[in-house]
Amino acid sequence: MTLFLVKRLIMLAATLLVAAVVVFFVLEILPGDPALVMLGVSAQADTLAALRAEMGLDLPAWQRFTNWIGGVVTGELGRSYTYDVPVSELIGERVVVSLPLAVMALTLSTVIAIPLGVIAASRHNRTTDIALTGAAQIGIAISNFWFAILLILLFSVTLRWVPAGGFAGWDAGFWPAIQSLLLPAIALALPQAAILTRVTRSSVLEVLQEDFVRTARAKGLSRRAALWRHAVRNALIPVITILGLQFSFLLAGTIIIENVFYLPGLGRLLFQAIAQRDLIVVKDLVVLLAGTVVVVNFVVDLGYAVLDPRLRSGGGHV
Amino acid sequence: MSEGWAEVWRMGLRSRGFVIGGVVTLIFILIAVSALIWTPYPVAEIVVSRRFQGISAAHWLGTDQFGRDLVSLLMAGAVNSVAVAIVAVGLGMGIGVPLGALAAARQGWLDEIVMRANDFAFAFPALLSAVMITALAGPGAVNSIIAIGIFNIPVFARLTRGAALVVWKREFILAARVSGKGPLRISVEHVLPNIASVLIVQATIQFALAILAEAGLSYLGLGTQPPQPSWGKMLNEAQTLMFLAPQLAIFPGMAIALTVLGLNLFGDGLRDVLDPRLRRER
Repeated sequence: MTLFLVKRLIMLAATLLVAAVVVFFVLEILPGDPALVMLGVSAQADTLAALRAEMGLDLPAWQRFTNWIGGVVTGELGRSYTYDVPVSELIGERVVVSLPLAVMALTLSTVIAIPLGVIAASRHNRTTDIALTGAAQIGIAISNFWFAILLILLFSVTLRWVPAGGFAGWDAGFWPAIQSLLLPAIALALPQAAILTRVTRSSVLEVLQEDFVRTARAKGLSRRAALWRHAVRNALIPVITILGLQFSFLLAGTIIIENVFYLPGLGRLLFQAIAQRDLIVVKDLVVLLAGTVVVVNFVVDLGYAVLDPRLRSGGGHV
Repeated sequence: MSEGWAEVWRMGLRSRGFVIGGVVTLIFILIAVSALIWTPYPVAEIVVSRRFQGISAAHWLGTDQFGRDLVSLLMAGAVNSVAVAIVAVGLGMGIGVPLGALAAARQGWLDEIVMRANDFAFAFPALLSAVMITALAGPGAVNSIIAIGIFNIPVFARLTRGAALVVWKREFILAARVSGKGPLRISVEHVLPNIASVLIVQATIQFALAILAEAGLSYLGLGTQPPQPSWGKMLNEAQTLMFLAPQLAIFPGMAIALTVLGLNLFGDGLRDVLDPRLRRER
């Protein structure tokens, strides 16, 4: 286990480093002069020179990279050009919107999808299964931002139950804040739930054909007990891998959904930073989001190895 | 070979998903192709006096805030979706398949590099790489194609490698080796034809994902730019007019959902037909 852990940790560090190099290369080296990209060709010479000095563009590339990475590790992320505040402060304000949103969406999709997938599998080829599989197909086809717009049309425009967008803020109290995150979380969760339902269903179906399930039934367990105690527990292993992958799609999804609902989260910050060509913020945010994806997949890989000891000797990929 | 495809066709006609999905996909492609030469009204024709019209015989789905015919806009949007998806998936396959085939043929350190690069590419979901590219090069259809295409490369590389490794262990490959064929020739003549079905199925699924991704990028204003109509952009504009004309927010989304649903059903049906081992489990 220790060797496995060390190997995976080295891989994790290498992946994070390569991700950072790519982001740095794309956003700082490829543009030639990032200051010119940010200010536009009509910028004054002295403004350009000031920004270049502030960004440290006179230093060699490797030094800028190590300075930046050092900053990312210690939380000193530099200063946003448009907002003129430290990027870490901007991210701190926004993460309290995006993180609860992603967690709510992930919880929602898991709570909906796993029972539905198990039910579909246990009623294989019967009406319930066909209806659920069909619903999942439709769920996958519906883009999350269109679903979001439909939710606004129904709950905000027609029924007027919730506001069409915006964030009440945690200062306004727990419930108002949760309320403004509810529709966005549902919109994010639906396509993920549809995919997860299908994965759970096929995983449970596969396990149900295994010998140990037959043995469990033969020793007198009821169908229900064999399903939930033996089949589902084993079937959940691939489901957890998909959950890890889904987290990255959820993070990417927040970029769109936060814009649909005008939520002041990381996704909207990234979008605004692009519109304002604030490369300093874009660079930090992209590396942060990509890093989160890598770390979450690492944790999932570890969880996988804990659940299924057979995987520890191999590379961890199945 | 032709007998094999006839058999596929016969079995396909018995699969509900294959038939329904195939018909929907065909209609979508026909609409896109016909929009190249004909739309009910000129797409860019702005007639302020007929804006926000409802469904009528003259305008089957009504008109938008500029009085443009919605059917015509949706048809032109289909062209955009097909074009972006074909080029993006083509880019992913064009680079990913040779990379995966090469990794399987050579193995060793080359295989390791390709696979680690793949692991790494998964850290950047299509939207995130699109965001980076747009930050650098500005928004536009071409940039969104590149972003979606880049995301497709690891998908096809990984799939090709996995499927090719299985083929490489078969006897007829050994026979080809004994007859003196090199790894490149074996890959092209023997391995790729044997994994084509897996690649075709994945291509339909990636095609659907590309349409969703393009719509998302256009919705954000990072993809296709006006005046070129795109479904995502139409939804973005409709959102600000939701109180005035809710129907504008419904039809483009429905077009996306129907197309993606058709492609997914078709892809699933095709997989069932081409891979008999899976069929029994479903």
